[in-house]
Amino acid sequence: MARKVTTGARIGWTIAAWVVALLIFFPILYALITSFKTEQEAIAGFSLIPSGTFENYITVEEQRDYFTPFMNSVILSVGSTILALIVALPAAWAMAFAPTKRTKDILMWMLSTKMMPSVAVLLPIFIIFRNLGLLDTRIGLTVMLMLINLPIVVWMLYTYFREIPGEILEAARMDGAGIWQEIVYVLAPMGVPGIASTLLLNVILAWNEAFWTIQLTTTNAAPLTAFIASFSSPQGLFWAKLSAASTMAIAPILILGWFSQKQLVRGLTFGAVK
Amino acid sequence: MGSITLKNVSKTFGEAKVIPSIDLEINNGEFVVFVGPSGCGKSTLLRLIAGLEDVSGGHIMIDGKDVTDAAPAERGLAMVFQSYALYPHMSVRKNIAFPLKMAKMDQAQIDKKVGDAARILNLTDYLERRPGQLSGGQRQRVAIGRAIVREPSAFLFDEPLSNLDAALRGTMRLEISDLHHQLKTTMIYVTHDQIEAMTMADKIVVLNRGNIEQVGSPLELYKTPRNLFVAGFIGSPKMNFLEGEYAKSKGAKTAGVRPEHIGLSKDSGLWSGTVTVAEHLGADTFLHLDVDGIGPITARAGGEFGASYGDKVFLTPDDSKLHRFDDKGLAIKA
Amino acid sequence: MATQNTKTLARVMMAPSVILLLIWMIVPLAMTLYYSFQNYNLLTPMNVSFAGFFNYQYFYTDPAFFQSIWNTLVLVLGVLAITVIGGIAIALLIDQPIFGQGIVRILVISPFFVMPPVAALIWKNMIMHPGYGVLADLAQFFGAQPIDWFAQYPLLSVIIIVAWQWLPFATLILLTALQSLDGEQKEAAEMDGANAVQRFIHLTLPHLSRAITVVILIQTIFLLGVYAEILVTTNGGPGYASTNLTFLIYRTARLGYDVGGGAAGGIIAVVLANIVAFFLMRAVGKNLDK
Repeated sequence: MARKVTTGARIGWTIAAWVVALLIFFPILYALITSFKTEQEAIAGFSLIPSGTFENYITVEEQRDYFTPFMNSVILSVGSTILALIVALPAAWAMAFAPTKRTKDILMWMLSTKMMPSVAVLLPIFIIFRNLGLLDTRIGLTVMLMLINLPIVVWMLYTYFREIPGEILEAARMDGAGIWQEIVYVLAPMGVPGIASTLLLNVILAWNEAFWTIQLTTTNAAPLTAFIASFSSPQGLFWAKLSAASTMAIAPILILGWFSQKQLVRGLTFGAVK
Repeated sequence: MGSITLKNVSKTFGEAKVIPSIDLEINNGEFVVFVGPSGCGKSTLLRLIAGLEDVSGGHIMIDGKDVTDAAPAERGLAMVFQSYALYPHMSVRKNIAFPLKMAKMDQAQIDKKVGDAARILNLTDYLERRPGQLSGGQRQRVAIGRAIVREPSAFLFDEPLSNLDAALRGTMRLEISDLHHQLKTTMIYVTHDQIEAMTMADKIVVLNRGNIEQVGSPLELYKTPRNLFVAGFIGSPKMNFLEGEYAKSKGAKTAGVRPEHIGLSKDSGLWSGTVTVAEHLGADTFLHLDVDGIGPITARAGGEFGASYGDKVFLTPDDSKLHRFDDKGLAIKA
Repeated sequence: MATQNTKTLARVMMAPSVILLLIWMIVPLAMTLYYSFQNYNLLTPMNVSFAGFFNYQYFYTDPAFFQSIWNTLVLVLGVLAITVIGGIAIALLIDQPIFGQGIVRILVISPFFVMPPVAALIWKNMIMHPGYGVLADLAQFFGAQPIDWFAQYPLLSVIIIVAWQWLPFATLILLTALQSLDGEQKEAAEMDGANAVQRFIHLTLPHLSRAITVVILIQTIFLLGVYAEILVTTNGGPGYASTNLTFLIYRTARLGYDVGGGAAGGIIAVVLANIVAFFLMRAVGKNLDK
């Protein structure tokens, strides 16, 4: 709208929006600040100015071996997403470019598997994992997270692929491209942004998955979710250190998340809102 | 070479019979236009020829060879799509070169052909740009360039001008006609716009509900439409259809009079009517009239004919240019 | 476009996804159903016997069951109310011509990316702690008695934490929908003499209705499964005061080692989730047809 907004109104709205935004962001900000406080400062009452020590970060790593769960989180989230992509890419391709009458039903059915409450299958999965010796293993959990996110991956890729106009593929065929050439020269380059978005969102979702990661791991394969959850009664590790661990756990994904606002809306609403 | 023959070609989508059965002969070097209202099957017919759809029955031959089951690329045809279907991630050069690359032509030859095509189409300065950076007309020319370099036996155009504005449409019409004269290659052109059909075609194929209503040169269709549908579709503004007393007196169920075949006068004439709308185009004036005892009629007057809303005008149809149709809607031969 | 060859190829390409999901859906669910009719305790794995409907009866007559259903309901509806109303308000606010809109957006959506255990622990220790939390400091500043949130209002505390996590999601989706509202429509409404409130009620709200539906349905699916937030804060207590159905099943199954009971609870959870899913699929499915 080319309407002129008075500067006064604009400043008013700006202040209101910033107050709300800072209130919402405050818990994260406060954890960040606390992570640079000493333990005495952390419990000494409200203060936004830390003494600026890095000791908490060092202690968390030295005492609690932060690096292992961090690497587990990276391996599980990236591994499960790549695995899901490998399985989902051909399926999404087929549904987008060679749809049949049943394509829609299959998509809806896939989505419906996402609606099954995890807790309902907790015991069977636990027993299967125990019997197969998969409990507390990275491979077991990677497969698990892959299965959980597979419907979203298929669905997201499908909505991206469907936006590639059919006429372009027909043009490629008229131009003499075979199916592999069509994929290599036309589909893959045009699909890359969609695939990257899918990858990004699913790494985020897998990183933050906090049911199965807690249920199926103890120490070896425990990612950050399980690692942090083990501090629910803080023995030996106090708030400044907990804040340091928390900051490290959420920082990478928070930054990734900022870049994925658009994909987030699309991926989590299954294309219903763009 | 590029003669195309359709024999009993039919197409059904599930239950829907889009094309019941079509026979058509297209000669080498002809500019053929498929024209008809939307949903008449003209695009489907083009896609059947291209091989993008499988026929449900019948045969398609190109240069006497049966290509009914051949893949699109094997038919030696090139197509320009309505949306242009340019590859958005490739430069103009790579877009035009793509079919040659697929044909595994060597690079030096590709460069030469792309250069030639770019020169013909005035694209030389844009070769390194992406399609997204081009105007509608330029994209159109890239799509044509991609078709030209293959030296196909025939070009297929699927409503190529429908995404352009009116002025550009006029220019591109001339460019495509010019291209046809230079290349002398068979062209099949699908449009719903009868002006494009009239101005460009050697041969027009009028389609309606999957059937061919008439095939002929633009003037044949204009002068001797075979039935009411063709008569109403070809020509702008539309032919006036009159029923009742006047038609009966001419021995027809329906009488057709084109707006340009009605004499107008302010003093006297066969009919009298009142102007309801006067469209002044400069060279011409189209008058929409309410004619006493007959009803609404459109007539063309010269640009100088001063008439405006509410004026009384006298009309005289030119009997020698009268079209007569029987009760089945077919033209009655004189 | 689809010739016979591509159809066959398409089937082969879809097979891995379909088969994996089919196994993932059917095998555990069948096992849950089977266990729900067995007396099976992980502490005494040798004594497995057919239980009939005993597990269901047991689960059903457990007073904790109704409390957990009630808690689930309050949790889901509470969070939905906060996030939808708050989300609309914040989305409208961000949609105004403000300075630094990009940064405001980033700040507002950030909580969504915080993993549940971290979110819960930050709130538990640094915000709501009766001794050292920011809210306690604030209460003392005003001379009031600090609230012991997790002891006095356990369920409300969980609701606040979960709402904080999901508010960004609702805001982001509603904002996206809001920004897709045609500017000319707004201008037309203005020309027609509608004031800001009328424009909101007659134009903006109907335009948002689909986004709101999607937010409600998708959040409901996730909110039915809230787990980690409860685990690290109240652990379901005091008593069963903040135990939802998910947590009750977890308690029965993993802490009580009662496979049969947990399975029966699981089947009940599936039924509940399916009722919600039914409406979600219809909403999403309609969109597919467009």
